[in-house]
Amino acid sequence: MKNTNWLARAAILAVALTISAPASAQSVPESDETIKIMTADWTSIGLQGEIMSLILQTVGYNTELVVADDSGRYPGFENGDLHIAMETWQTTQLQNLEKSVATGNVLDMGETGLQGVEDWWYPMYMKDRCPGLPDWEALKECAEVFATADTAPKGRYVGGPVSWGDHDERMIAALDLPFDVVHPGTDAAMFAELKSAYDREAPIVLWVWQPHWVTSVYEGEYVQFPQFETGCFDDPAWGPNAEATYDCGKPYGWIKKMAWAGGEQVWPCAYEIVRNYEMTNEIISALLVEIDLNGRSTSEVATEWLQNNRDTWEGWASCGL
Amino acid sequence: MAHADISRQSGQQLWSSPSTRALIFLALLSSAVWLGPTWTRVIPDALTFPIATTVGDALNWFAREATINGLAVKDMTRAVASFFDYIIESVVIVLSKGIYTGRGLNVTQAVPPLSWFAIAGAMVIAAYRFGGRSLAVVCAVCLGFLVIFGLWENAMVTLASVLVSVLLAMAIGLILGIWSYRSSNVENVTRGIMNVMQTVPIFSYLVPTLLLFGYGPSAALFATVLYALPPMVHNTVLALKSVPAEVTESGKMMGCHPRQLLWKVQLPAALAKLAVGMNQTIMMTLNMVIIASMIGAGGLGFDVLRALRKLDIGSGLEAGMGIVALAVVLDRLSQAAAHRAAHGQHRKPGQLPLWQLLAGWLVIATVAALVVGPLQSWPAAWQVSTAEFWNAAVTWINKELFDVLEAFRNFALLSVMRPFSAFLAAAPWTLVIGSVAALACVLGGWRLAALCTGFGMFIVITGYWAPAMNSVYLITISVTLAVLMGYPIGFWLATRPKAQGTAGFVLDTLQTLPTLVYLLPAVMLFRIGDVSAVIAVTLYATAPAVRYAMVGMAQVPKARLEAAEIAGATRWQTLIWVRLPSALPTLLIGINQTIMMAFSMLIIAALVGTKDLGQEVLIALNRSLVGEGIVAGLCVACLALICDALLKAAAARATSPARSRAQ
Repeated sequence: MKNTNWLARAAILAVALTISAPASAQSVPESDETIKIMTADWTSIGLQGEIMSLILQTVGYNTELVVADDSGRYPGFENGDLHIAMETWQTTQLQNLEKSVATGNVLDMGETGLQGVEDWWYPMYMKDRCPGLPDWEALKECAEVFATADTAPKGRYVGGPVSWGDHDERMIAALDLPFDVVHPGTDAAMFAELKSAYDREAPIVLWVWQPHWVTSVYEGEYVQFPQFETGCFDDPAWGPNAEATYDCGKPYGWIKKMAWAGGEQVWPCAYEIVRNYEMTNEIISALLVEIDLNGRSTSEVATEWLQNNRDTWEGWASCGL
Repeated sequence: MAHADISRQSGQQLWSSPSTRALIFLALLSSAVWLGPTWTRVIPDALTFPIATTVGDALNWFAREATINGLAVKDMTRAVASFFDYIIESVVIVLSKGIYTGRGLNVTQAVPPLSWFAIAGAMVIAAYRFGGRSLAVVCAVCLGFLVIFGLWENAMVTLASVLVSVLLAMAIGLILGIWSYRSSNVENVTRGIMNVMQTVPIFSYLVPTLLLFGYGPSAALFATVLYALPPMVHNTVLALKSVPAEVTESGKMMGCHPRQLLWKVQLPAALAKLAVGMNQTIMMTLNMVIIASMIGAGGLGFDVLRALRKLDIGSGLEAGMGIVALAVVLDRLSQAAAHRAAHGQHRKPGQLPLWQLLAGWLVIATVAALVVGPLQSWPAAWQVSTAEFWNAAVTWINKELFDVLEAFRNFALLSVMRPFSAFLAAAPWTLVIGSVAALACVLGGWRLAALCTGFGMFIVITGYWAPAMNSVYLITISVTLAVLMGYPIGFWLATRPKAQGTAGFVLDTLQTLPTLVYLLPAVMLFRIGDVSAVIAVTLYATAPAVRYAMVGMAQVPKARLEAAEIAGATRWQTLIWVRLPSALPTLLIGINQTIMMAFSMLIIAALVGTKDLGQEVLIALNRSLVGEGIVAGLCVACLALICDALLKAAAARATSPARSRAQ
């Protein structure tokens, strides 16, 4: 036992010396401390976390996937309880991320290359019943189409769980839309309503985001609200309502990686790999269908992607190979 | 005729002086509220304090910066957490994961875990030894379900965390229980704390445990232990108190040390009652499985969550039934083991000791599994799934019955629920608290009234009055429905002993099947909102109502029933004049338990979007607001404790006249 152990160590040392000598003085992994990668209650962050975890493990780091909440993650990152998150959406987390980065304890690790879209979404059959769609002004005319007995004459809009940090109530007020927001406690409840309505071709408008399996299974489109620009959230003069902020749709845009700042010294190469990581909506959407619709496990799909795309991720991980 | 006497007597007591005074007090109060200043109707800002923020800051400071003797609390809690992480991980490796070498893509399994064949076989052998053939069959069916439906691996992850939680909760519970038994001062303190702990919603525990112990299996473990602790403590105290004085005395006369007395005499004599505590601890631990998986415990609970997120209700149901199967095995096995130990049954001549038998089996089964692959891990091709069927059934119901159900929903919401919630929201807070205090005074005297007022004022001061009234509205409607459905079913079952076996299984299932499994179909049919929440809470709370109705009916003295029969009473007359009055105390306790169950479900109901205290706790959890989570949780506890105090006082009153007459 002892002998083999010693031999193995010597071999690793030799390999490490020959390969990584020019890259850095330290050998990879620089530390055996476990890198905690955040996962949360939607599939794509789990998938991208799993992919990153597999890459880092293959390079030699110890990693662990840790469940945290979208808006609740920041104390964990500032504290060093969580180290890497593969998704931070401009659509809902823009202000939270900026605030957290300003503390100096959190790093913006750059874009993933994914473009997040999230906004009010309706099934295609609703276009016949509310002809003005997808323009948002049409919602004013046909709010009653979307009404239920308890919201009538106002329409019923199914928003996201409160913790996802949307501002639908403020937008409804700013744009003077005759709608009530209903908040489910989970995304599962939200899509249960969609499935129920879709099976019966009943009216529904709800919050849907992309990349997500729903848009691959159900046919529908987004309401076109006034396009978000930086002025919308803090300058009342901007947009159709001159007296209110939030008179626009959700910002479409980047999905960024973030990290605990203290980790830069502990695992420099791992942080470089995270920075290099880049994907596209098409790749991730295809993998999400495998997981969400074909029922395969996240780790199986992630492993398969790594095996089939060695060149891609080995390029990101050059500092550790 | 004797019973008419009793009711007349208690009727006289009900209208004797304290209640008259209470009525006069209420009349004065309502006129004061009607005519008086606004603050009697709307809670003034000056009366609410930012207690949540203070509590949050204090806990944050404690968890992050505090030091004891130069040691940072943070380091200590993290050390404890990694110690328990290590233990759970070791059990998971043995039961489910095996040992791996290499990392990332290069990972290979070096040593497989114990095979399903070995573990399930060992459990069935133990079941046969403890409870004979029928118990062995029950265990074999439940474990076979886990294997054939492909749930084994995750079931073992769940089993690992459940085993560690149960053992830890039992050890701590036993220690606290023994300590309380020995000192009445300690007992008063622990009883108070345990009463509050039992009613604080589960999610409230999660926020501080996350802060103290970080994310991961050990945080889930500590939250589970906290949740499952109270029944173990209560039952330990009860069990030790129930040991006959003669037994303790004879132990003392034999010259036992206190320690010998406890371990060799009192605890063995109390074993049967300790088993009740153990059973409750196991059930509550399994209740936590799904919530624990939300903060990283994995296992079957995570399977349920994942399936439901994809709206694969069938698979969610299967994984949920897996949790039920595990609960049934653990419950029946531990009950049988405790029963056997309590009755001192020993093995028959010629039988091997159980541990030798199991060790032998594990060796043989492991070797067999190494040779025959399917005995190690059940091949995916042989797995069965009924998910398609359930999914199709849900879709069919949705398409065919939605309109009828929507009409029902609209009626319930617009004609019953909305007006009631509006009424509660508009009710002046002084009048609500005054009415509760008056009722408490009538039922249990001034001290009870003061206690209830204190609990009510806590909610006012912390600023959670509006969501609390929403909780009261959801609980009232759900409990009313649960009692209206559960009591008749319980009465009926009490007269049909043959149906009780099946009913027991259905009730067990209702209480251990993760609520989310039937919450989502409810959402599909009744939309996001209060109606779905009420349906989920009602379904869960019906089980204790049925159970207590059955117990109550079973307690009716035979002599009275025979007397009624001789007097020529019809079945209805017997029910109303004989059975109900003598079962009344138990029935009131049953309502109390139903209410407690309903309160513990509020938090799950929040997942479909209520606007009550449960939602406040959920938001606090999601946003890591420690103070808000705890304080909103304590408000739920206050509501529950008020109900508890009132109903226990009512039950005591219902018992006392009957007793005094019997003397």
